[in-house]
Amino acid sequence: MAAAELAGLFAVYKPAGVAWGRVREAVETRLLRELNAAPAAAPRQRVRFLPTPAPGGGGAVELVAARVPVLADHPLVRGPRFRKLKIGAGHRLDVKASGVFVLGIGHGNKLLTDLYNCHLTKVYTVGGLFGKATDDFSDTGNLIEKTTFDHITREKLERILAVIQGTNQKALLMYSNIDMKTQEAYELAVKGLIRPMGKSPPIITAIRCLQFALPEFQLEIHCLHETQQYLRKMVHEIGLELKSSAVCTQVRRIRDGVFTVDDALPRTQWNLQSIQEAIRNCQLRVETELEKTLAHGEGQESSSSAGWGQLGMLGRNVHEQSLQYSTAATCQQCDGQQKERG
Amino acid sequence: MMAVWARPVSRWGCLLSAARAAELPRRLRSGGRPARACRQLARAAALPAGREIVPGRLPACRRLSVGSRSPPDSAKDGSFSSSESNLPSVQQGQAKPEILPDLNAKILDEDWDDIPPSSALEVISEEEAVQIIAEPLLPIQSSTLREYVDHSETLAKLVHLGVDLSQVEKRQKAGQLLLTLDFEKDVKKKLLFLKDVGVEDNQLGPFLTKNPYILGEDLEALETRVAYLKSKKFGKSEIAQMVSRAPYLLLFSVERLDNRLGFFKNELGLSVKKVCQIELGFQRNEIQQIVCKTPKILTASKKRLKQTFDYLHNIMGIPHHMLTRFPQVFNSKLLRIRERHMFLAFLGRAQYDPAQPSYISLDQLVSLPDEVFCTEIAKASMQDFENFLKTL
Repeated sequence: MAAAELAGLFAVYKPAGVAWGRVREAVETRLLRELNAAPAAAPRQRVRFLPTPAPGGGGAVELVAARVPVLADHPLVRGPRFRKLKIGAGHRLDVKASGVFVLGIGHGNKLLTDLYNCHLTKVYTVGGLFGKATDDFSDTGNLIEKTTFDHITREKLERILAVIQGTNQKALLMYSNIDMKTQEAYELAVKGLIRPMGKSPPIITAIRCLQFALPEFQLEIHCLHETQQYLRKMVHEIGLELKSSAVCTQVRRIRDGVFTVDDALPRTQWNLQSIQEAIRNCQLRVETELEKTLAHGEGQESSSSAGWGQLGMLGRNVHEQSLQYSTAATCQQCDGQQKERG
Repeated sequence: MMAVWARPVSRWGCLLSAARAAELPRRLRSGGRPARACRQLARAAALPAGREIVPGRLPACRRLSVGSRSPPDSAKDGSFSSSESNLPSVQQGQAKPEILPDLNAKILDEDWDDIPPSSALEVISEEEAVQIIAEPLLPIQSSTLREYVDHSETLAKLVHLGVDLSQVEKRQKAGQLLLTLDFEKDVKKKLLFLKDVGVEDNQLGPFLTKNPYILGEDLEALETRVAYLKSKKFGKSEIAQMVSRAPYLLLFSVERLDNRLGFFKNELGLSVKKVCQIELGFQRNEIQQIVCKTPKILTASKKRLKQTFDYLHNIMGIPHHMLTRFPQVFNSKLLRIRERHMFLAFLGRAQYDPAQPSYISLDQLVSLPDEVFCTEIAKASMQDFENFLKTL
């Protein structure tokens, strides 16, 4: 059955301006349409003895065996074969944001919870505009004030970003529940592998400026447990720190754990074949990721220093990921660490 | 011998659900005209009735013209082991399959007193044996029409017309209605009536799928309504179109039709028209042109209309007269317009003024499928378009 074989995790690119629920429903509708369009099995036949006039006439009736299809199997009577699909969503995106949105089908939904418990970082590209302040921190809200921004330079912005990163680093160490005074903690910190493994407020692990052209600017933010509105608020606060004001024009997720923009399927490719391919491509990565986490989970129970063992292994995952796409992040983290120690 | 058979039949008949009485007469009728039935079956490959013979079951009778109160057709009910009640109330009242069996105690008592029970081991002639068709029981209640479709001529014929029974059974009481209808008596006349009104043959199936209740309506009432529409000066082809597109139209009583026509004239267009005139700044004649070309705009929500117009006019820079020429852009999704416009702007091909070279017309922007749009209009590959979509 095609529906049973369709199971796993894949990522779609959510366009801005639609709710995530609509995206999930659109994918489900398209898949159902393709699955139901596949040719169905032929209807069952059964043997019936039908009365026919006996040869020779005279009104006598004899029974003749005939094979007739069962009408109850007719497609118009039975209806569509598949009426629903279990599609679950990963980390959600609000209406104005766009980007990588992970979905799971069938058995893949169980992997969604496991991935959530891995607490992997997400990477966003956030675009901002100096000179305005609105009530919902985005450029479509009600205008509250307008300010000048000529005094802002790139160095000032980067200084502010460093301050933000420093404060978030402290929060990171606090919520990851490690005793700072041990050698292990130091080693983990040097490699940049510390991460909170439970609930925590939003934490920014790395932030840097990609583009700066007054009045517009673009930031790349690596974060954990965040919401998109938090990121917009962050832009607003950056504006305030620079003695001006800023609104957020674009929030775009370019990475969610193991899934990047290259893996995400655009709207034109939301069909059965592409989705099956995407599931196959990502399967190996997701499995390695989860294996490491689960292995740590078991090792963790046996060891006394529970948090560290888990963190250590998981941290290595984070390290690998971060190596793959941005070295600046880890460098900045290490810098932050050294500054703190110094 | 006939009399002997008659009584057990009527006795068993009381025991089970009434609805089958409505079906089985038809089945029996087709069984009773064997030659025609066979030809029908051979052609249509559909089953009016029956499953495998269960040998050695209760004896069945063939034609019982005497001894039962019901007409000869329904007397044949007895020939089936899943016998229906031959009560006169059944034929008139058209009880539904979902209702639990209606036991008439009086009849039972009468029969039990007068008639000696017959034995299943009595000897019968070959012809009689050949005509026995013993079948398993039909379910008394069911939420789908699947179990009954093999046993009901009406349902089988409707399936062959193209009616989607899986959707009909989801409606309230539509399934019950269909089961209790008789094809020859009721359904045929209404189908001929619909054909007269102008519904095409291949449209009858989808029409009945959307509106199965029309088969339960009175024929005179339907004719009155069509006459009313004609009196309002709708032409025949127009009425045919209206009826095919809005299958519920003929269900409304004449007063309701009257109200609706008045409503459409006055109310519905008014608020949207006001929005177009006052807020979006269209002239009166422009609004009339737009409404004539795409009347669907009258059913659009104001908010969506405003958003779409805002994007088209302010961000894409399209003047009012262009929008009057291509009002179908208002009906398409804003997301689609936005993505395609941004792609064209990125490529530098966003030219909507007919006076300029490399002009792109609005209807092409909106209505073409993605591949054609990419290759013809944007002169780029599908891959580029997808990569661009991912940067938005």
